[in-house]
Amino acid sequence: MVSSLIFIAMPVAHSAFNTAFRLGLFSFLIIGLVSVMFHLTRETIAENEYQALLSSLKAVIPAAKFDNDVVQDTLSLPPYSIYRARYQGQPAAALMISTAQGYNGAIIILTAYSIQEKIIGVRILSHQETPGLGDKIELRKSDWILGFKGLSLADVMANHWGVKRDGGDIDQFTGATITPRAVVSNIKQSAQFFLAHQREIFQ
Amino acid sequence: MATQYRDIIHNGLWKNNQALVALLGLCPLLAVSNTAINALGLGIATTLTLILSNGVISILRRFILAEIRLPVFVLIIAGIVTLIELMMHAWFYKLYTQLGIFIPLIVTNCAIIGRAEVFASKNAFLPSVLDGLAMGVGFSAVLLLLGALREILSAGTLFAYSDILLGEFAADWQINLFESDSGLLLAALPAGAFISLGLLIALKNSLYPD
Repeated sequence: MVSSLIFIAMPVAHSAFNTAFRLGLFSFLIIGLVSVMFHLTRETIAENEYQALLSSLKAVIPAAKFDNDVVQDTLSLPPYSIYRARYQGQPAAALMISTAQGYNGAIIILTAYSIQEKIIGVRILSHQETPGLGDKIELRKSDWILGFKGLSLADVMANHWGVKRDGGDIDQFTGATITPRAVVSNIKQSAQFFLAHQREIFQ
Repeated sequence: MATQYRDIIHNGLWKNNQALVALLGLCPLLAVSNTAINALGLGIATTLTLILSNGVISILRRFILAEIRLPVFVLIIAGIVTLIELMMHAWFYKLYTQLGIFIPLIVTNCAIIGRAEVFASKNAFLPSVLDGLAMGVGFSAVLLLLGALREILSAGTLFAYSDILLGEFAADWQINLFESDSGLLLAALPAGAFISLGLLIALKNSLYPD
């Protein structure tokens, strides 16, 4: 009786086991392959990310103005991520990454403010603005973003800081006001934060 | 034998073209065809995935039980795409930053699991690899055509930023067809992708009715 039960149950049990076993084996093999590749590429990927961050930071501050490992010298004061550039141990500039609300989504902006309270440079790290209209904030589409270079933070804080549509001094683009307005007001906010927290940033 | 291979190639490139006839893989096709170079990059990655997944599935076809074939196909394809993504992230970083978010999209390309189910799981290694290559090239050709069309209409250029994909030697490949401030913006937007693909399919069907 028992043996006949086993006989009937056997093919089904074997098949279920076999199916599960093969599925498990395939998962195991593929996860193994992916893990091996992950370990092989991990250091190269970390190095790539480091170099990419360094080169985007170097876009807003000339290499001659700092001598520290700026990528590692970082702190987070929400909502800002800040990288500190120092020259011979003395604070030189704060590189701030912030997020503005554009026409189509978040615009990630990198600004460098010097300890002499000037804008050293501004770049857009990423955005989803309309191609051909709002995307002129990008350096490869237009040199608009370079216009901020060298302005003093006193200008940024003044009433005439804004796009022309709002009575300010800064050019907007034909057909796109919301995007440059978002960038301009974001710079004002981060500059204000920088002026108010300089001591905290460089302590 | 030779006829079999010729049929596979003819099927992949034209008769059963995944983009124009089977209408598979529209998600990456429409998302990444905004410029010719983006399209070329995704086309190469998709073709590579198709060749590898067809080859691997064909080798393993006797070990893959019918009841679990779909989860196993998904596993294999996802594994291959992850491997390609990791390798690109490490060794083709510039290309990765350009195509990064689209690489995982290859997994959603139903053309790949479609070829695994219809062809690779029933055929020997060589024909399966050839099928992957032919289907991949057919898909990439439509992707590139769509990318070129949309880039010309929206920006007036062709092969802009080639150096990102192909390295420094391609830096001056960009062809400026006309100067435009904003071009035909519609072509760059998602709606333009649907309209352009629709026009391509209509053109094919009117020139070559079945």
